[in-house]
Amino acid sequence: MTTVQGARRRRWLPFSPWHLVLVPVALLFALPLAWLVMSSFMTNAQINKFPPTIIPDSLHLDGYRYVLNNALFPRWFLNSSIVALVVVVGNLVFGVLAGYAFARLRFGGSKTMLTLMLGTLVIPFQITMIPTFLIMKKLGLIDTLGALIVPSLVTPFAVFLFRQFFLSLPREIEEAAWIDGCSRLKALWLVVVPLARPALGTVAVLTFLTTWNDLAWPLIAINNDHNYTLQLGLATFQGQHRTQWSAVMAGNLIAVVPVLVAFLATQRTFIQSLTSSAVKG
Amino acid sequence: MGIKLRAAVVDREAPSRRRPHARRSFGEAGTAWAYILPACVVILGLGILPMAWSLILSLQRSDLITPAEWVGLQNYDLLSHDPAFRAAVGHTLIYTALFVPLSIVGGLGLALLLNRKIRLIGVYRTLVFVPFVISATAQGVLFSFIFDSHFGLANAVLNWFDIPPQGFFADKNQALYLLVLIGLWSGVGFCVVVYLAGLQDIQSELVEAAALDGAGRWATFRYVVWPALRPITVFLVVWETLQALQVFDLVFVTTRGGPLESTTVVVFYVWQQAFEFFNAGYAAAAAYVLAFGLLLLSIGVRFARRRDHEVVRRP
Repeated sequence: MTTVQGARRRRWLPFSPWHLVLVPVALLFALPLAWLVMSSFMTNAQINKFPPTIIPDSLHLDGYRYVLNNALFPRWFLNSSIVALVVVVGNLVFGVLAGYAFARLRFGGSKTMLTLMLGTLVIPFQITMIPTFLIMKKLGLIDTLGALIVPSLVTPFAVFLFRQFFLSLPREIEEAAWIDGCSRLKALWLVVVPLARPALGTVAVLTFLTTWNDLAWPLIAINNDHNYTLQLGLATFQGQHRTQWSAVMAGNLIAVVPVLVAFLATQRTFIQSLTSSAVKG
Repeated sequence: MGIKLRAAVVDREAPSRRRPHARRSFGEAGTAWAYILPACVVILGLGILPMAWSLILSLQRSDLITPAEWVGLQNYDLLSHDPAFRAAVGHTLIYTALFVPLSIVGGLGLALLLNRKIRLIGVYRTLVFVPFVISATAQGVLFSFIFDSHFGLANAVLNWFDIPPQGFFADKNQALYLLVLIGLWSGVGFCVVVYLAGLQDIQSELVEAAALDGAGRWATFRYVVWPALRPITVFLVVWETLQALQVFDLVFVTTRGGPLESTTVVVFYVWQQAFEFFNAGYAAAAAYVLAFGLLLLSIGVRFARRRDHEVVRRP
């Protein structure tokens, strides 16, 4: 809020006085992350020094070496990447198809189906986790990456977001394509999907974030440490390597970087998609 | 664009008469079902079906291996007398009662602070929000390190101010509050961006009109800004409450419910019963108790909102 009536004070600082409040606040949020980065480039001896040094004396890569030479860590990274990639693609493909059908096609039971799907949004994960585990077990997927992929291959969130988006597109665009002899699927693929880029981006980023960051479900579905995701690996890794803090922090940073990159690259869209549902109610 | 004009007057069934051969056998409804089939299988098959299954489980004694036996409501009865479950509910409620108001107040305060046009404001906003995208696991690992009672940075900083070293996660009187603090560090950013969006939605005319009427800063906030943000506040209170009641990842990574069961929260309890002690029926019942609480909250808010909508907000 800017006050209109406040007369212009003489400037006693070369910058806005608000910075004096904002810098400490920003530091409060940034410092733990700064320490994460710094400590990952220290030696363990340096980390345990008292009083602590905040800046490493040089870029030590011991922690990174330790992590990357660990037989399992690169594999966890790969597992997380595979799961996230397949889940994101699945949500885009099946979410677009279902969202389009709900937005554009008339079929008996569409209302019922939509309501049922909407209903699943309010079911907490804790209720479904035990039976989902049992279903995955029956399908022979427990302790494979499949168990991590199938339950989130398409989420109601993606279906609804695409449905909302397609409802806002004028029908005439596709109809023009049909008249030019496109089948419905071809029109969807060639005409509608390219227009849906903002919705595709939103679903991709949010899906990636939740999949990459998940811990609870992998913890239940995976036993063999070869099939761990990065988050699950880190949670156990820190227990086993309590004395190797620089390695633990190096691994932690490696796990955080993809998400940070995804967020910083799409910051505006990301925040808009988060807030729009809230502000519009 | 001539085509588009023509298309606008074509009635919707026309294309079906000139459909390519492949789709003749299989009308609009068929296409639609084909399109939604994968979503239905996954979402309903792993949403509605497990929910019903869980309810059945909660009425059984089952370890997921040997055949289950029916016990009716016995699990629920046992739960109501189980001191460990009661403690878990208590911890969850303490966490929620601290986390929700603090994240709302903190989020609004920071949003007001960040809602101005000065240099670097974008950087400040980003820094406040970044912790939100970091996984609970990474947060847990990082803060276990920072609050390590022997090697942690936190005790080193306290030492600087001549404060004796603290136990932090090793101290049963501190661990839960520390979890709230970490939850706030990463959770407040979400409230900030939502409030910021709301603040930017408030028409500047309203604020200016208030100023013309001689309202000071506090009055403008109290009578213009706060009421305008009301729906957002309701949304955030619900959202953050749902998040807080379901806290798990952070607890699992940092304390595993310890020290001395001082941070066992409901979801951790459910997980432990199901996947450590193999009391699946009992765990399902505990999960249903939690879900029932969440449901009551959602329904309560629905009604409150409906009443809210009847009040015309914009003159």
